[in-house]
Amino acid sequence: MISANLSAIFYLISGVLFILALRGLSSPETSRQGNFFGILGMVIAITVTFLSVGSFSSGFVYVLIFLLIGGLIGAFIAYKIPMTAMPELVAGFHSLVGLAAVFVAISAFLNPEAFNLGLPGAIKLGSLIEMSIGAAVGAITFSGSIIAFLKLQGIMSGTPITFKGQHPLNALILISILVVTYFLCSTQSSNLFWILLVISFLIGFLLIIPIGGADMPVVISMLNSYSGWAAAGIGFTLENTALIITGALVGSSGAILSYIMCKGMNRSFFNVILGGFGATDQTSTTGNKEQKPVKSGNAEDAAFLMKNASSVIIVPGYGMAVAQAQHALREMVDTLKKNDIKVSYAIHPVAGRMPGHMNVLLAEANVPYDEVFELEDINNDFANADVAFVIGANDVTNPAAKTDPQSPIYGMPVLDVEKCKSVLFVKRSLSPGYAGIDNDLFYRENTLMLFADAKKMTEDITKNL
Amino acid sequence: MEIDPFIFRLSIFILSIFIGYYVVWSVTPSLHTPLMSVTNAISSVIIVGAIIAGLAGNSENIFNTSSIFGFLAISLAAINIFGGFLVTQRMLAMYKKKKKDK
Repeated sequence: MISANLSAIFYLISGVLFILALRGLSSPETSRQGNFFGILGMVIAITVTFLSVGSFSSGFVYVLIFLLIGGLIGAFIAYKIPMTAMPELVAGFHSLVGLAAVFVAISAFLNPEAFNLGLPGAIKLGSLIEMSIGAAVGAITFSGSIIAFLKLQGIMSGTPITFKGQHPLNALILISILVVTYFLCSTQSSNLFWILLVISFLIGFLLIIPIGGADMPVVISMLNSYSGWAAAGIGFTLENTALIITGALVGSSGAILSYIMCKGMNRSFFNVILGGFGATDQTSTTGNKEQKPVKSGNAEDAAFLMKNASSVIIVPGYGMAVAQAQHALREMVDTLKKNDIKVSYAIHPVAGRMPGHMNVLLAEANVPYDEVFELEDINNDFANADVAFVIGANDVTNPAAKTDPQSPIYGMPVLDVEKCKSVLFVKRSLSPGYAGIDNDLFYRENTLMLFADAKKMTEDITKNL
Repeated sequence: MEIDPFIFRLSIFILSIFIGYYVVWSVTPSLHTPLMSVTNAISSVIIVGAIIAGLAGNSENIFNTSSIFGFLAISLAAINIFGGFLVTQRMLAMYKKKKKDK
């Protein structure tokens, strides 16, 4: 058994290692080392916990068994999961953090002596408040992430679920959480503790159902942030520095990502949270515009255009991921490069279903990361490029965001693909994107529509090059 | 008058938020997905609480309500720790630079 002071120092060390883990992600070269620091920090934290409890009773064996069961499941998932399913995986993992926080809070509430928090029914006031916050935020994270997971997995429809009186109801529940917490702290009643958990689960569920599929990047980032705050709440209860530091890091990380995603869509955070976006516009704008003439072509035309180009910019979107076209795309690019054509990739901040999703998919297809550029780094290059190859993206290229103040996406930063000499659009049909808005680009003189499955079309183009 | 230890923890918390703010802004956007999976893994350090809860049962009565929740939380957090770090590792291994000859 080691002293409380010594273990506190080790927890501090593991907190610092977690900071270094995030710091490593500032560039791909240092990122692997960063991940190693993270693992080291975790090993230290777990070992110190065993040593500080000290009593290696038979309970110890069970702890190892449960640890091993979870570890095996986790490792199995990590190796099996396809990269396209990353958003679902992360949402699922968030729900587990949330639930773990709830379980730890329940344990601490039922057996406060084990954590030096007082006796059952007479828990220290501060600890009880911290515990309630940790449990409530954990429960919200859990049920919210479950909904996000179901929506991303397609088990639940991505269309927002809204009903009358939704916002007043949510406000009422949020207020009741505060009221229940207050009475829980003054009476120490276990019934109130359970009620608190139930209404927190409920509000997590209700907060996420009105948010549409297109806003999932924000939702995932937001739940990432919540899981951090839940961990921090439990960290205060357990008086554990490693947990407090980590909770704060994760909480601010998720908050920053949500901010970046909101900015990428030019929407305020509250606008996303209140939900319902993209539900009504869909029907109003589609019908009348589809009559306009569209130039459509086949793989040969596309190959001809690209062969005669000297530079090509690829704009991938979620559709590429759905069609699993990233490998075919890389092969096409390899052929282009053999013909001395300069190729780069342009990634919009909200391309895909979570922050940075496209980059991972391209990396998986062996695309070197120094050929992949963010919006602000590449947007000026479109004017000098010969061909923009838009594959599975739509809204992020829509010039209406710059020109039409009436458009729901007006003000959103978009990729200036229309400045290219010609634009190739791989799409299955003329249907509008997730935001439900028609894209003016389809009808332009220099646009060639390639109506096909993204993967098949890319393969056909490669054959014709 | 002595300062309540809570204030120290609060100080650590607030300062860590600032560290998190600056560190995360320096993360390159192309690594935002690994950032999320690794934050997932490290937030599962909540397992320390679960282990304490799991070990709290005495030898005649290892499984009481409190320790059962602890054991379950251990498994949940372990899924995240192993899954989170390994999937991050898997992703990061894919990020390669351009080869000079190609």
